[in-house]
Amino acid sequence: MESVSTLVQMGGYGGYVWPAYGISAVVLALVLVASLLAARKNEAELEQLQVVRRAGKQRNAAAQAAVPTDALSVETKE
Amino acid sequence: MHRFANPARFLRMAKVILPYSSGIAVLSLAAGLWFALAASPADYQQGDSVRIMYVHVPSAWMGMFCYVAMAVFSAMALIWKHPLADLLAKATAPVGAAFTFLCLVTGSLWGKPMWGTWWAWDARLTSMLILLFLYLGYMALINAFDDPERGHKAAAILALVGAVNIPVIKWSVDWWNTLHQPASVVKMGGPAIDPSMLVPLLLMALGFKAYWISILILRGRAEIAAQKIRIIRMAQIHAASRGE
Repeated sequence: MESVSTLVQMGGYGGYVWPAYGISAVVLALVLVASLLAARKNEAELEQLQVVRRAGKQRNAAAQAAVPTDALSVETKE
Repeated sequence: MHRFANPARFLRMAKVILPYSSGIAVLSLAAGLWFALAASPADYQQGDSVRIMYVHVPSAWMGMFCYVAMAVFSAMALIWKHPLADLLAKATAPVGAAFTFLCLVTGSLWGKPMWGTWWAWDARLTSMLILLFLYLGYMALINAFDDPERGHKAAAILALVGAVNIPVIKWSVDWWNTLHQPASVVKMGGPAIDPSMLVPLLLMALGFKAYWISILILRGRAEIAAQKIRIIRMAQIHAASRGE
């Protein structure tokens, strides 16, 4: 127990040493969390956009393959 | 250098590097904290307050290192139109700002018991405060334009102009003999501090460097994804306006 209290007191400088380490830990953790969240959010959004775009392209390709070209041209005019 | 210009290659390399940089950061910070807080001796003059140095000094190094990295990336972006350089400069700025802020705060917490004041308009302290403002200005400027290209260009110019502050910080303690003590690690004739204090200092510095690499990868990934999202959305708007 004595070693814990000497560690906390830091020879009378505990009130300066521990805040220095505490603030550093908090600031670095915040930057880390913000960076992780930004990467995760943007990559998820991009993934979703790409899935939608791929599905759209496949639908177009399927429609063009199934429908005769003159029917398609009528459809696009409308 | 252009081998790294390709975002796809960056993403592949990032995937390989990230586990190592994160592992090194965790291990060296854990070991560094053990030495810094428990296994190293108290200073004969400063007592246990010297332990603040093990975050203060590596933070100061990182604050300056990140600025140099940001200026180099900015130069690469301006000169060679390097597509990733802008994104990496932007990704480095918040890390550098965080370390510069921590350098100022921990320095203040050491200064109060040792110098008897939280703050003095000493050359080193003032030039470090200017560094923090340069980071904040860079981050504000890069997001201030609707067109990201213009924001990147304006911020890159600010980063390069502000780089003049780096040698001022480094040699401020020699040019102006005010409050802050001169260098004791990076100096002619080798470090003037005991190995028992050099070990935690270097471990913390290594941990901070590895932390920066991990954050750079994460933020770089976020920026690359954001850029691709922007391109897809613009294509969609373009397609919609053509009536497709």
